[in-house]
Amino acid sequence: MTVLTKKSPGSTKRKLEKPELLAPAGNLEKLKFAIHYGADAVYIGGQRFGLRSNADNFSIEEMRQGVEFAKKYGSKVFVATNIYAHNEDFDGLEEYLTQLEEVGISAIIAADPAIVNTALKVAPKLEVHLSTQQSTMNWQAVQFWKDEGLPRVVLAREANMEEIIEIKDKVDIEIEAFIHGAMCSSYSGRCVLSNHFTDRDSNRGGCSQSCRWYYDLYEGDEKHPMFTVDEDDPFTMGSKDLGMIEHIPQLIESGIDSFKIEGRMKSIHYVATVVNAYRQAIDAYMDNPEKYQLKQEWVDEIHKAANRPLNSGFFYKAPGAGEHIYEAEDKLVNFDFAGLVLDYDENSGMATIQQRNHFKVGQEIEFFGPNGTFFKQTVTKIWDDKGNEFEAARHPLMTLQMKVDQPVHALDMMRKKNI
Amino acid sequence: MRQKPELLTTAGSIEELERLIQAGADAVNIGHSEYGVRLPGNFNLEEVKLSVQIAHAKGVKIYVAVNNIFNNAQLETLPSYLKTLHDCHVDAIVFGDPAIISILKQLNITMDLHWNTEMTSTNYVTANYWGTKGATRMILARELNLEEIQEISGKLKLESQIQIHGITNIYHSKRELVKSYMGHIGKKETENFDQNRNMYLVEYERQDLKLPIFEDENGTHIMSADDICTIDVLDEVLEEPVDSVKIEGLLKSIEYNETVVRCYREAIDLYFEDPDSYKFKPEWLEKIKQVQDPNRELSYGFFFKEQVY
Repeated sequence: MTVLTKKSPGSTKRKLEKPELLAPAGNLEKLKFAIHYGADAVYIGGQRFGLRSNADNFSIEEMRQGVEFAKKYGSKVFVATNIYAHNEDFDGLEEYLTQLEEVGISAIIAADPAIVNTALKVAPKLEVHLSTQQSTMNWQAVQFWKDEGLPRVVLAREANMEEIIEIKDKVDIEIEAFIHGAMCSSYSGRCVLSNHFTDRDSNRGGCSQSCRWYYDLYEGDEKHPMFTVDEDDPFTMGSKDLGMIEHIPQLIESGIDSFKIEGRMKSIHYVATVVNAYRQAIDAYMDNPEKYQLKQEWVDEIHKAANRPLNSGFFYKAPGAGEHIYEAEDKLVNFDFAGLVLDYDENSGMATIQQRNHFKVGQEIEFFGPNGTFFKQTVTKIWDDKGNEFEAARHPLMTLQMKVDQPVHALDMMRKKNI
Repeated sequence: MRQKPELLTTAGSIEELERLIQAGADAVNIGHSEYGVRLPGNFNLEEVKLSVQIAHAKGVKIYVAVNNIFNNAQLETLPSYLKTLHDCHVDAIVFGDPAIISILKQLNITMDLHWNTEMTSTNYVTANYWGTKGATRMILARELNLEEIQEISGKLKLESQIQIHGITNIYHSKRELVKSYMGHIGKKETENFDQNRNMYLVEYERQDLKLPIFEDENGTHIMSADDICTIDVLDEVLEEPVDSVKIEGLLKSIEYNETVVRCYREAIDLYFEDPDSYKFKPEWLEKIKQVQDPNRELSYGFFFKEQVY
C-alpha cells in the first residue's frame, strides 16, 4: 500500500512506500514465529557460508519447508552467505547456490564479491543483496554495486539518516538498514580481534565478541593504568544495542526499503516480541501518517526482549560515552517465554497451552500475539491433559489447560517476568 | 628464474622517505589522513609531488593510500584529489572503497590500483574479481597462512602483496572509543588521542599482550600486540610467487624502520643471487632485536597457523 506524505526528504513529493520488515530466524520454528508475528521477510543461515557458525542453521530441506510456510503469508526467505571466503570455501558453493534457488529462497545476503559473482552467474533467479559486512557507506559505492547487478545494498551501520537519504536520492536501488539489535562497534568486517586472541576467524563466523571483553587503557611507559583507578570501569569497545522503535516515521520517510532486525541467535520470544512491536508501529504509520502516535506499549514491549540498553546508533549523531557499555550491566528486567497457545475454546474460556518454561498457579503472566492479544492475568487453575488439576507447569513441552481472562488465538505467546 | 619481489615500506615524511630509499626500499607508501588511514605521517600534495621526484630519480615507486571507508561528504573532494595524484605521476593508489573505481571511471583516468581492505582480501576469486574492475594489485589479508598465499598467488591474474614485517591493524571503528571512555570516567574529552600518545590496551586475561590504540578523524584503530617478523624464515616466504613484500613502518621510529629495511634488503638480494645456497644470517635478527620494543613479541603472524570458525 502507498499513501501520500507531506514531508518528504527529497525536493519533490513522493509516495511513501511501505518498508519491508525483515527479521532473523535461527531455525525453522523461529522462522514460523517471525512470519506469523508480522515479518515480511526473514533471513536465515544455511549449513555453510554464513557468519553464525554456532547458530542452529537450516538444512536445504528445512529451507524448503521454511519457504513453503512463508509463501502462505506472502513472505520471503533470504539466506545469509556473508562470510569472507578463503580458497578452501569454494568447494560446493555453486551447487549450494543452485539449491537455494531451487527451493525458492528469494535472495542471498553476501559480502564477498566471489560469492556475489558466483550467485549472479549460476543462480539468476536468486537476488543478491550486498551484506553490511562490506561496510558500504556512500552513494558512489552503492552505485558501483547497482552497476554490478545487485538490486539491494545493506548499508553500513555507520551511515547516518542524512547520508541514507542522500544515497536513496542519488541511486535507484533498494536500501536495507538495521533498525534493531546488537551492533559491531567496528566497521563490520574490519575486525579480527577474535583471530588474534583466539585463532577464531571472525569473518567466517568465529567471532568471539572480544570487543565486549574488559581492557585496561595505558599510556606510555606507565606501569599502572593511568585511567583505571579502582573505582573506575574498565575500557571496552562494546556498544549498546540499536533500537529505533521511537523513530519509525523518520525511518519510513527516509525511503529505506527494508527495516532489518538483528539476531539469528536470539530466542523465539525475542523475535516474536520485537517483530510484533515494529509491525504495529509501521502499520499504524502507514495507515495514517498524520494521526500517528508512538505507543508507550510498543516501547515497553521492545524492552521486554532487550538484552542490553538501547540507542539510535549513528542515525542522528555519532555514538559517544552514553552509547557504550562500561559498567557491569544491571540485569534488565526481562521476560521468559512460558507457554504457547495451541487452541482456545470460546465457550469455556479455556486455552490449551504448550509449556515452554516453568510457571505456576498464583504467578502473574501476560499474553501477547499478532492478532491484538495483549493482557495480563494471574494463573488461577491449570489442568493436565487427563483433567487433573496441578500447581506448577514444570515438564518441558507438556500440554495443559488453563482458564484465560480474555480470548486468545493459537500461536499467541504467554510470558512471565524473570525472577 | 622469477623476478625479485619489490621491497615496500611506509614513510611519514620526506626525510623518512629519503632515508628508507637509502636503506634499500623499492617502493614507499605515503598519504594524507584526509583520504588515507593508519599512516605514519601526512604528505600534502606538494610533498607528494616532491616525493615522486625524489623517488623516481632513484628508480623507486610511490604509492598513495586513499584507503578510508568514505561517507558521502568525503566524496566531494575525492575526484580532484585523485586527478592531482594522477597528474603527479604517483605509481599507484591504495584503496578499499569501490567508490574509487566509480570516480576514476567518471574521470576517465587509468591508474595502477592496489586493492586493500586489510582483513577481507582472503581468496583468489575475489582478488581476480577486483582485477576485472581495474585493480592491478591485491594486498592480501595478514590472517592468511603461507599455503593459502601460495594458492592465491598461483591463481592470481594481478600482482600480489603480502606483509612480511611490522604491526597490523586488527580493528577499525568509526566511533571515538577513547574519547567516549574518557568522557565516561570523567576525564577531559577535548584531548586528542592520536598515534603519538603511545596508548595501548591490555585485556584482563592476557596481561602480556599490549595492543596499541589510537584515535583520529577516521575513528579508532586497534593494532596487533605483536610484530610480524619473517627474517629468519624469509626463504620460505620468498618461495611464494608474490610481487611485493611490505614492511609496515607505522608506530615505529625511523631508526627502527631503516634497520629493518636494510636487513630485509640484504636478505632478499642474497636469496635471489642463489636461492639454493641461501642461508639466513643470524645477525639480521640480532640487529632487529636490538631495536625491537621488548614489550612487543616478534612473531610469524598467521603464516604458519590454521584458524577455526
